[in-house]
Amino acid sequence: MKYTGDVIKYGDNIDTDVIIPARYLNTSDRKELASHCMEDLDKTFVSRVKAGDIVTAGYNFGCGSSREHAPIAIKASGVSLVIAKSFARIFYRNSINIGLAIVECPEAVDGISEGDKIEADMDSGIIKNLTTGKEYKTEPFPEFIQKIIENGGLIQSIADGIIK
Amino acid sequence: MGMTMTQKILSAHAGLESVQAGELILVNLDLVLGNDITSPVAIKEFSKLGKDSVFDKNKITMVMDHFAPAKDIKSAQQCKICRDFCSEKEITHFYDVGKMGIEHALLPEQGLVSAGYAVIGADSHTCTYGALGAFSTGVGSTDMACGMAIGKAWFKVPSAIKFNLTGKLRKYVSGKDVILNIIGKIGVDGALYKSMEFSGEGLSSLSMADRLCIANMAIEAGAKNGIFAVDDITLDYIKAHGGAEPVIYKADDDAVYDEVIEINLTEIEPTVAFPHLPENARTFDQFGEIKINQVVIGSCTNGRYEDLLEAAEIMEGKKCAENVRVIVIPATQEIYLKAMENGLLKIFIESGAVVSTPTCGPCLGGYMGILAEGERAVTTTNRNFVGRMGHTESEIYLASPAVAAASALTGRITSPWEVM
Repeated sequence: MKYTGDVIKYGDNIDTDVIIPARYLNTSDRKELASHCMEDLDKTFVSRVKAGDIVTAGYNFGCGSSREHAPIAIKASGVSLVIAKSFARIFYRNSINIGLAIVECPEAVDGISEGDKIEADMDSGIIKNLTTGKEYKTEPFPEFIQKIIENGGLIQSIADGIIK
Repeated sequence: MGMTMTQKILSAHAGLESVQAGELILVNLDLVLGNDITSPVAIKEFSKLGKDSVFDKNKITMVMDHFAPAKDIKSAQQCKICRDFCSEKEITHFYDVGKMGIEHALLPEQGLVSAGYAVIGADSHTCTYGALGAFSTGVGSTDMACGMAIGKAWFKVPSAIKFNLTGKLRKYVSGKDVILNIIGKIGVDGALYKSMEFSGEGLSSLSMADRLCIANMAIEAGAKNGIFAVDDITLDYIKAHGGAEPVIYKADDDAVYDEVIEINLTEIEPTVAFPHLPENARTFDQFGEIKINQVVIGSCTNGRYEDLLEAAEIMEGKKCAENVRVIVIPATQEIYLKAMENGLLKIFIESGAVVSTPTCGPCLGGYMGILAEGERAVTTTNRNFVGRMGHTESEIYLASPAVAAASALTGRITSPWEVM
């Protein structure tokens, strides 16, 4: 799987309360959630995000609440991939379970600037910064998780009898 | 190689002789939890599986606590989705207005969790039940849906940090001060993906309320779970609340830990976490006067009877400061009733505080105490992120019930040692 997009860059400890504030959790409508994505951190996000864009962030991205509404809002905004130095664990598993592509790569995050064009090949684990020409290598997912992602998420994996 | 307490519970629930940190396993669950925010998404996902029934109607619980009693039409719709699903699937443990309380105070009180259990909940503070010697962790709605369908969840076996507790807490110092102190030490991702395992001779002086509070905020250090060694205090609590027969798992003597951190409880002082991260922990010698507009005493972290009792002891016969709004929220109906019968509610109301029905409301900026621009709150809740309780330009200071009560009286962040 390959992702190509322009980068929107954030810092450390981006919590789920700023990704999707609780005042909007009275709905589970994907489009409505996306219309408030990042609102308490960056009011310009919703108007500037384009389909395929890649979000990069520092350590502990998605910390806080277990709300799946957070990765849902990011995915429904059109973001194709999130690259962070590290992810909070519930956000991490929620992203895998709903099929939002995520990858940990501290070196890439340090070497990528806002607006750079990135190409990430998840099979080879190579992240290319097309703007600067630099390349970064990440660890591929373990086979068990790769299976869930390839099968379109956890629900489909159970429906297909891959997980019993 | 020896296993940690968490690894032992996980290996038993995966049907494996032993597990190692990093291993991916499928775990059989004893309880699956959701609330009125996370369950509707889980129900939607569950419906995609085309299953007529859940894996076990007695091992699923839904608690309407976040925006309930419903704060608006959309919230009412969300509660209705849960209510209808639980009725259709004959879910035994459905808690609606009148029976409900804040989930992580309610479940242990109702005896739904016992030592040795493996529990997932679509709420990040599900780690609370580690206080009972259970493996318990927060997950998302899709995990909840799959848990409801097949009674299993996938996990990467965590490594652990051991906290060796010694000494005894001083008067008006509680579990909240301990956990804020620990998060201040290791940071909001200091235990990322790991277990926080609490044991040591200091355990014998920690009440269940203290332990539940400490385990509750393990997630605030990024942990997968917090877990306490089981002792007589745990067993007495489980028995008194009608919990299932406990299964005691002990960490092996040769268990391998990433780190062992010594905590002398005697040295812990009243602690406050400054905006906008729980790791910004400070003791009173480290800051000056900070005026406040609101105090909240409640939540899954600190809405238990012992918390209210400590606050009432400080507020009894005294008045809340002018221009400070003080909101007290007993976490469950049982706590509410006991606080009423024992005169605590009278103390709060006579001091100028309001007492609310159980709800998560203000903790996550839902309702019942939203902050305006520039306002400051001292609260016994668990997160002080930007905008968590209202306006993005408001400020949240996390503290114990004793600090919150003392601050309510003075109108500035105050140590209980100053007023008592």
